[in-house]
Amino acid sequence: MSADRDALLDPLFNNNPIALQVLGICSALAVTTKLETSLVMSLAVIAVLLGSNVAVSLIRNQVPASIRIIVQLTIIASLVIVTDQVLKAFVFDISKQLSVFVGLIITNCIIMGRAEAFAMQNPVRISAMDALGNGFGYAVVLMVVAFIRELFGSGKLFGVTILRTVNEGGWYEPNGLMVLAPAAFFLIGCFIWAVRAWKPEQVEEEFHVGALLEPGHEGHLR
Amino acid sequence: MLEHYLSLATKAIFVENMALAFFLGMCSFLAVSKKIDTAIGLGGAVVFVLTVTTPLNQFLNSKFLVEGALSWIGLPEANLGFLKFLVMIGTIAATVQIVEMALDRYSPGLYNALGVFLPLIAVNCAILGSSLFMAERDYGLGEATVFGAGSGIGFALAITALAAIREKLRYSNVPPPLRGLGATFIVVGLMSVGFMAFSGIQL
Repeated sequence: MSADRDALLDPLFNNNPIALQVLGICSALAVTTKLETSLVMSLAVIAVLLGSNVAVSLIRNQVPASIRIIVQLTIIASLVIVTDQVLKAFVFDISKQLSVFVGLIITNCIIMGRAEAFAMQNPVRISAMDALGNGFGYAVVLMVVAFIRELFGSGKLFGVTILRTVNEGGWYEPNGLMVLAPAAFFLIGCFIWAVRAWKPEQVEEEFHVGALLEPGHEGHLR
Repeated sequence: MLEHYLSLATKAIFVENMALAFFLGMCSFLAVSKKIDTAIGLGGAVVFVLTVTTPLNQFLNSKFLVEGALSWIGLPEANLGFLKFLVMIGTIAATVQIVEMALDRYSPGLYNALGVFLPLIAVNCAILGSSLFMAERDYGLGEATVFGAGSGIGFALAITALAAIREKLRYSNVPPPLRGLGATFIVVGLMSVGFMAFSGIQL
């Protein structure tokens, strides 16, 4: 049971997919201008991740090592197609705002990374826990960044006005930088800073900037 | 006509830079930007693969996948649009594999330079992203080629610049929790601010 719990809780802060494993950053940055899109994106990623980890884990003993990547890609792409169709059917507006980033879940490194690094070696149950844990770890970062960007960028949360902006006759002068691309980089940088100040064992050695990140080793930091 | 292509290329390279404005290809952007040499290698491979796959996907998309595309074999009502993701990622993975084998056979020098990066590229979101943007914006074959090459050059430019900054960054005294990834994010943010100066430029 404790293995299940570790697989579920560890990725939240101790081994966060974005902050420590450097996976899935592309979409984390692009969809975080609003809480609503981030929430939908997080749910979509959690659903795909859960599906792919379970499916890959189920067939892990039948797949020859030489074709495993293409098998994983096919599973993930099919799940993303289903997710895309569901989003289009039920939340069309948000699906339009997310535009290509729903499709880009296919190449989201979290999903490939966890399938390759975890689900290929582990039974179904714990793979599912790992998927949920990593999915929530991803969602936590997305929601924190989106909360700050939406609140200070447009004075709203989930589209509801919290700080009335000057344009609407209120007092709050919105911070224009927050809705632009660079703010996402700064905020994630600061998020990593905060997590590592809290958990000093994650600090990287000086003069080894990114030494752990040789090509092909993403996702195997620990 | 030439002006149109030129403007599209400028837009793809600077204004809508894949890495700095759309955050695509971030994983390898952060992971492989430690040294200038490797960054240039990856940049070259990305330019190459993008220039090949974007027009190829444009062709497949317009001839087979979009609504009414199959009318040339007598199926005007078929709409295979939902297969878009699967076809595009398949094309990219296959192209990367073929390119790798062809380089191995005919140009060992280039293969040794790009070799390690090619498999990594199949799952680089910049490649799939470029194809998806191309499909969303209804580019023609010529436009797709220019857009693909432009996006690749933009990515190569950004990753080389970041690698140059990170090589210098090693000599500075960064607060321990910010070392490595944190500082890199902030540097990329500043670069992104720099690239925003290009926004609004039209040729």
